[in-house]
Amino acid sequence: MTPIQQKIARRKALDRFFAFEGLMVMTAALLVLLVLVGQLMFDGLSRLSWQFLTSFPSRFPAQAGIVSAWVGTILVMLVTAMAAIPLGVGAAIYLEEYAPKNWATELIEINIANLAGVPSIVYGLMALGLLVYQFRLGQSFLTAGLTLGMLILPMVIIATREAILAVPPYVREAAYALGATKWQTVRDHVVPYSMGGMLTGMILALSRAVGETAPLITVGALSFIAFLPHPPWQDNFPYVSFQWLFDPFTVMPIQMFNWVSRPQEEFHVNAAAAGLILLAMTVVMNAVAIVIRARFRKRIHW
Amino acid sequence: MKLVASIRWRVALLIIVVAVMGGFLDGWLPQDVFSAASTLIRIDGSSTVFPITEAVAEEFQKETRGSVRVTVGISGTGGGFKKFCRGETDVQDASRPISAGEMEACRAGGVQFYELPIAFDALTLAVSPQATWINSVTVDELKRMWEPSAQGRIMKWSQVRPDWPDQPLKLFGAGSDSGTFDYFTEAVVGKAKSSRGDFTASEDDNTLVQGIANDKHALGYIPFAYYEPNKKRLKAVSVDGGHGPVSPSRETVENGSYQPLSRPLFIYVSTKSVARPDVKKFVEFYLAQVPVLAPQVKYVPLPPQAYALAGEHFKNGRYGTAFQGGSMIGMKIEDLLRREAKL
Repeated sequence: MTPIQQKIARRKALDRFFAFEGLMVMTAALLVLLVLVGQLMFDGLSRLSWQFLTSFPSRFPAQAGIVSAWVGTILVMLVTAMAAIPLGVGAAIYLEEYAPKNWATELIEINIANLAGVPSIVYGLMALGLLVYQFRLGQSFLTAGLTLGMLILPMVIIATREAILAVPPYVREAAYALGATKWQTVRDHVVPYSMGGMLTGMILALSRAVGETAPLITVGALSFIAFLPHPPWQDNFPYVSFQWLFDPFTVMPIQMFNWVSRPQEEFHVNAAAAGLILLAMTVVMNAVAIVIRARFRKRIHW
Repeated sequence: MKLVASIRWRVALLIIVVAVMGGFLDGWLPQDVFSAASTLIRIDGSSTVFPITEAVAEEFQKETRGSVRVTVGISGTGGGFKKFCRGETDVQDASRPISAGEMEACRAGGVQFYELPIAFDALTLAVSPQATWINSVTVDELKRMWEPSAQGRIMKWSQVRPDWPDQPLKLFGAGSDSGTFDYFTEAVVGKAKSSRGDFTASEDDNTLVQGIANDKHALGYIPFAYYEPNKKRLKAVSVDGGHGPVSPSRETVENGSYQPLSRPLFIYVSTKSVARPDVKKFVEFYLAQVPVLAPQVKYVPLPPQAYALAGEHFKNGRYGTAFQGGSMIGMKIEDLLRREAKL
């Protein structure tokens, strides 16, 4: 073997070693996840049933269910999305496309990045002071949704900016060359082309919000609710009702937390089953994100 | 442009799907949960009382077929009273009587209240089954373990009683926001909230159960409802309040011999809320059903005369507290009754 071949062989060995190490680390991480999910399944799978999904909480573990919790989670997520997405996308488009590059913009950008790292309980305390007491929104779906909306707003902004950055500058230049205004360029080219990335970011942010407990406890999530909020429709004009926004709320993680702190073992099984449902909700949201991204990618023809 | 147009189509489709799903939901869910009810009874407070109030709320909503909505939160006795005295809740769950400071807050908030005792709980001293050396403890010994001056000083079992092992003493107890902590410190040390700080504190009683069960040298206090389902993993220690050791059970609480750690639990009802017929009905339902429901969630009901008397006070509009922010340690059920009667 010539010296050069030796050298190559050594480097290849090093390469294989690194690949092996990477594989090990990944396996370890996946294994931990697998064990966690497996444990949850082992504990909770037997409790999953149609009855569990459609019953209200109860003092009898076997009769208890999560209908008020999952309906609550979906409605809170709806308010969160309504609040955070338009604001976040608007802010990101402004920062990326319109804002002058000066120290003020810089300062705003740094602060957004910092806000994304603020612990969620801090948002809860702020919401308690601002939304519950100052604006008198009460302990309602609206408060909960806005709280989580504030929590994920920085994440939505950052994800949207990343998506917009990925649109190559020549797309904009081509639009300008054809006489399009800035707004036309943004509306017809930048936003459609970055839609996939934007939606992925939003759904990832929402799937973080779905598991939040701490900020919702501080704004007054309730442990026992055996009724559903007012329906979003009504029999007479204008057929749409927003009264549910002001109803008291509970969400899945709160229900789980309550069951875990019960003395009876059977309630802990209920908590595991609720955990599985919450996990399924997150997986579905992430799957939707992947599908959407794939569809939008397919359609982009540059 | 084509792309944008197709996005609009998708959005329209999504809206239609959501609307159809909403219609489906409407038909599929029991109608009465959606009925036009607008009355809402807000309850908050102690986590110890929560299981009882939850049981009553569950039955009440079945009874009224969902025409009255009841919510129950867990903020702890102290946290709940803050909301109650601001007029944010209608009913307050309390694992101890209202304190002088809280009475002041309620006066400032313009909130007057009925005080209704609903059940008894036995604070249970628990150790690991492996702690073979201890079967009973005197109140004086407990005081020496828990008083503030014990902090950093009483660290071994043998320092409390010489024939106990020369091993570390690990204490577990309720967090300082809970009524359980207030009651235990008042009963054992003599002054509410006066406790050593170097013990493992948790608001979550399961954490305490776990901690005590897994440590041979641990001792802690938990509500009886948490001891009962964990009997295999924990050993209850008899308490000697001066008349020989007594172990916690429904009988010893009812006959008043488990002292000083059996405590009454209360609900407080705002007089303003009682003006509403639904709240009045709920409280009457509560007093009528709690003798049956309390044992189901492992609490000891009061004797029937106590509920009758509480109901009478409520009916006759006799509000206020029988305790005036004072102590209630060592109170037997008969004492409580007499006290309520003197209101």
